[in-house]
Order: sequence, then C-alpha cells, then structure tokens
Amino acid sequence: MTDSMLIYKIILCVIVFAVSLGAAAYMTWGERKLAAWLQDRVGPNRAGPLGLLQPIADGIKMIFKEEMIPTHSNRWLFILGPCFFMLCACMTGVVIPWGAGWESGGTIFPMQVTDINIGLLYLLGVVSIGVYGVMIGGWASNNKYSLLGALRASSQMISYEVAMGLALIALVMMTGTLSLKEIVAQQDQGLAFVVYQPLGFIIFIICAFAETNRAPFDLPECESELVGGYHTEYSSMKLGFFLFAEYINMFISSAIMASLYFGGYNFPFQHELGLDGNVLTIVQTAVFFGKIFIFIFVFMWVRWTLPRFRYDQLMNLGWKVLLPLAIANIIITGFVMLFMGKLG
Amino acid sequence: MMQLTNRSMQVAKKELTFMERLYFPAIIKGMIITLSHLFKRKATIKYPDQVRELSAVYRGQHVLKRDEAGAERCTACGLCAVACPAEAITMESAERKKGEESLYREEKYAKIYEINMLRCIFCGLCEEACPKEAIFLTDRIVPSSFTRGEEVFGKDKLVEGIDLRVDVTKRQTQEVLSFKTDKKHYHNQTFLDKKK
Repeated sequence: MTDSMLIYKIILCVIVFAVSLGAAAYMTWGERKLAAWLQDRVGPNRAGPLGLLQPIADGIKMIFKEEMIPTHSNRWLFILGPCFFMLCACMTGVVIPWGAGWESGGTIFPMQVTDINIGLLYLLGVVSIGVYGVMIGGWASNNKYSLLGALRASSQMISYEVAMGLALIALVMMTGTLSLKEIVAQQDQGLAFVVYQPLGFIIFIICAFAETNRAPFDLPECESELVGGYHTEYSSMKLGFFLFAEYINMFISSAIMASLYFGGYNFPFQHELGLDGNVLTIVQTAVFFGKIFIFIFVFMWVRWTLPRFRYDQLMNLGWKVLLPLAIANIIITGFVMLFMGKLG
Repeated sequence: MMQLTNRSMQVAKKELTFMERLYFPAIIKGMIITLSHLFKRKATIKYPDQVRELSAVYRGQHVLKRDEAGAERCTACGLCAVACPAEAITMESAERKKGEESLYREEKYAKIYEINMLRCIFCGLCEEACPKEAIFLTDRIVPSSFTRGEEVFGKDKLVEGIDLRVDVTKRQTQEVLSFKTDKKHYHNQTFLDKKK
C-alpha cells in the first residue's frame, strides 16, 4: 500500500465515521418529523429553520445532563455497555462500498475503506457482537427491567440472526462470493438481486428490523412495559450512545440492504449516460444515498404504523416461520441454479 | 336494548384465513393509511407565530372602560360581583373628592377592583350585569404566570389606558345597548320604574 493510498484510506475512514454519525443525528430529526407528519402534526420546528438544529440541541443537552451511575451497579461494565454498542455500530461501515472509485493519476481509489473477502461474514459477526453491549449494559444496571430488556434483546438477536444468515446464504450461493464489492459489481449489468431473491429479501428486511430493535420488534426497550428496557438506568450521553448507536445500526442496515438486494451504487442505464469516470462515481454515491434514504424512510414508516409484537409471537415468527422459509429459499435457489445453469 | 348508533357490530371470533394469517395485506393496508396522512393538512396552529382567529365577541381578558373624556366609568355598584358565578370579582368603593372629576365619571368609584383570573370562568355575566357600560370582556388572552398572585388582576391591568383604548364596538352593538336599556325588560327596571 502506497503512502497516498494510506492517507486516502485514513481520510475515507474519518469521512465514513462522520457521515454515519451525522446521518444518525439527522435521522433522529427525520424520525421525529416523520412521526409528526404521519400523525398530522408539525414536529420539531423551533431550533433553526424547520427544526434542523434540533439534533445539535439534543446532543448538547445529552452531554450536559447529570450522569448517574447507580450504586448497586457494576461500574465498569455499566460504562463499557454503551461504549461497546457504539463501537460495534461504527465498525460496520468500513466494508460497505459507497461508490465505484476515484481515478487520479493512474491509480484508482476505491470508495470503500477495506474490501475484505469475507465482508458479509464480518458484517454478521460485528452485528451479533453488538448485542453484547446491550447485554452488558442491561446486566450491569442491576435492575429487573434492564435485565429483562437485555434478555429479550439477546434472545431476539440470536433468533433472528439465524434466519438472516440463512437468507444471505441463498444470495451467496448465487454470487459465489462474500465480498460486498464483488456482490455490488455483479449487479452492474442485469437486474438487481431482489428480482432473483424476493423471498430472501423479505426475510432479510424483517430480520433487519429485529436486529436493529426497531418497531414492531422493539421489545428490548418497550417503554410501556419495561420502562425503557436495557437503558432504564442510563442517563446523559451514555443513554445518548445507546440511542445513537441504534440509529447508526439502522443506517448501516439500510446501506447493506441497498447494496445486497438493490444494486448498491449502481442505477439503471448508468453507462449509457456517457458520464466521465469521476463524475459517474459522484452520481453513483448520490444514488446509493438515495436508496439508503428510502430504506430509512421505510424503517420509520413501519415504526409509526405497526404495533409491537408480543414476545411469544416474536419467537414464533422467528423460529417457526422465518427459519423454515429461509431454508426453503436456499433449497429453491439450489434447484433453480441446478436446472437453469448459472443465474445472473 | 336501546341503540345509540347504528354502527354496532356483532363480534365473532373465527379462525383467520391463510391470507389473514400472512399479515402482509393488513400491514400494507395500514401503511397506506399512515402514508396518506403524510400529505394531509396539519392540525397544528403554530401558536406564537400564528394566532388562532378569534371571534369579535370572544370572551377573554376583561377591560374597565373609560368614557370619551377619559374618566373611569365604573361606579363600584357591585352588580358584576353579584352576577359573577365564580365569585372572582372583589372591589372596594370610595367617594370622589373635589378636583377628581376628570378621573372618575360619577361621585363613587372603585378604589380597588380585582378579578381573580384563576377563578374567572369567562362567562361574561359581569359584562351583562354592568349598568354603566364599564366592564367588557375582550378578545385578548390572559397571559400565563408563574405565581398565583400575578393572576389576580388589579386596576393597573384592567383599566384601559387613556391613549390605549380597547375597542369593544363589535360587542357593544346597537342591539346590545338597546337591550340593556330597554325598560320593557325586568332587569332594566329600577325601583322607581317598578313603582309606577
């Protein structure tokens, strides 16, 4: 790796980090606005034009609030919980290809921090480690509601991780690679993978809702029965980290769904436009963010429409419906590949 | 049993069909409903920027009127306090001294006149009872405050300024005035009228 590449990667790292944090901050604003609009209200509109400074005001409020660490809690684990959750949320952004690549002076700078050949596995791994943050936080709080929330979070994540992984296996069978860059590049020509894997996509999006603890699967933190769930005892920026990391997870999930099933940064007729390489990259990145935005909108739209599942319904859905469906999807994909030759 | 509306339905607990158990049709239906609300008119009135349009005869904060020359009209007769169902009005009368003719219209005036805005129910009976056209409710909204004491409005807040007259012509129409002075009505008859 040359020096210029190293510096470029460091800059890209910082940009990805900043973008995911910024996106998460503005998603809180977007969520509140959308919730308001869906309920015929106006939403935050006092801080700045259209309330656009609201996330900054919220952040300042969070930082300056008093920090409470309960006496009976395990102090270090209590602090570790949100830090860990945040760390895992921020780690996922590195394998996502945000665009095709810059060409400058003969070298191509890819719009991806690192293209590891097991990108998908890395994503699944980091996402499932993330639940430790919730578990540690809930356990260390020494509070029954927090513990229940943490238990729910861990069992829910484990249940849905299985179906999610199996849904991805069907995709991996088709593409023959675990590298996200490769998967996106394969969608350059031809159709997006959602056309070949509709069932897989539906299973994946349901699991993504469960993995990010979003409604209708927000049982770990349901306000009405668990007083906030695993973050009951948290205050100040530690609470902020939990909430923030959740929005980052949502952003990353949207990015993953867009790149795995909806062609990532590719868009129809991109090569017919006759754009220069670097200009095309900018347009592609914009298109990618457009796709992410649509998925985030769906996330929020669902949250303000559907009521929460009951816990046994959640487990039934995960183990008795999604898991068999995912296995059936693998078998169908295998048969189709066998009889129709290679797909795509 | 008497029916209040014709919308009641017999509820039956039956097995869900396969389509119903899929939940997706119901979910999509719900999501279309929420999406349609996205484009609906917002119900909110952004209060400090946007003020709800009030009727000309809206019953808000009271005003104690002065006459054309700037003298207070109130003579502390106490009819408003008697009429008040919430007992929000208290007053103390005093006799007008020489040289105060420009301040008070008649020989007796209200030295203290207080309306407790926390008690007041803004029914407007004080306005109806007043024989001197002195008290009116206006379309101003009583401001909120941090203490109870501040909500007891004295003459400093109730009497209109000489240069800052409060317009009540919309509620003091000719019909209202004639109704209030017409001797045909029992409530306008004085002791002398009844004797006749």
